Amino acid sequence: MADQTLNAEGLNCPLPILRAKKTLKGMSSGQVLEISATDPGSVADMAAFCKQTGNELLSSDSEADVYKFEIRKA
Amino acid sequence: MLDTKELENAKSMSIIVTKGTLDWAYPPFILGTTAAAMDVEVTMFFTFYGLVLLKKDLNLGFSTLGNAAMEMPMMGGHMKMPNMLSMLPGAGSLAGTMMKNLMAKKGVASIEELREAAVDLEINMIACQMTLDLFEYSTDDMIDGIELGGAATYMERALNSDINLFI
Repeated sequence: MADQTLNAEGLNCPLPILRAKKTLKGMSSGQVLEISATDPGSVADMAAFCKQTGNELLSSDSEADVYKFEIRKA
Repeated sequence: MLDTKELENAKSMSIIVTKGTLDWAYPPFILGTTAAAMDVEVTMFFTFYGLVLLKKDLNLGFSTLGNAAMEMPMMGGHMKMPNMLSMLPGAGSLAGTMMKNLMAKKGVASIEELREAAVDLEINMIACQMTLDLFEYSTDDMIDGIELGGAATYMERALNSDINLFI
C-alpha cells in the first residue's frame, strides 16, 4: 500500500515529474509514492527520472487512459 | 534538493537563455526544472532578450514572424500562421493569449509556474549585468533570489558542467 498518492492527471510534461519530485521530497526513505497521470509521455519520463535519481520504480501500469506508477523513495 | 555538490557523480548543466518570447521561454525552463528534479545542478544565465524572463511581471507574447513552420490546431486541422500576421497591431499579445489558452487547456505549465519550480529546485539563475545596464533594468524589476554576473561567471560554471546549452 502506498504511503502517499499524487494525482497528476491532466498535467502535461514536465509537470508530472516536477510534482513527483516535490512530493518525494517530503517523504522518508523507503516510503512508496503512487502516482496517476494521463500524459502518455510520463511512462518513459518516470522511468528515466527514477533511473537517474536512484528512486525505485516498483510498477508502471495503465488502465484505460490513466497511467499508474509506484515509486519507492531512495 | 539533494546537495549535489557533495556527490562525486553529480551532474551539472548550464543554459544560456537569450530569448524572451512565450514560445522560446519554454525549452530552457522545461529542461532546467526537469534536470534539477533529476538532481542535476543547474545554472541558467539570462542575457539579452532572455533577461525579461526574470522580471517580476511577466507579460510574454510571441511573433509569427520568423516562425515559418508554425501551425496552430484549429477546427480539427492545422492552420499555418502567416508571417504577415505579425504586422498587425497587437498581434504579439493576441498570439500570446491564444497560445496561453491552448496551453492551459492541454495541462501545459505556465512560465510563471515553471519559474516558481526553478526557484524551489534551487536553480542558479544569473542575470547578465551588461544586459541590465544596456536595457536600463533595475534588480528591483526582477524576482528575488537571482545572482548578477557576466561572461566570466558563466564560463566558470560552464567549464564545470556536463551539459551546456544555448537557447
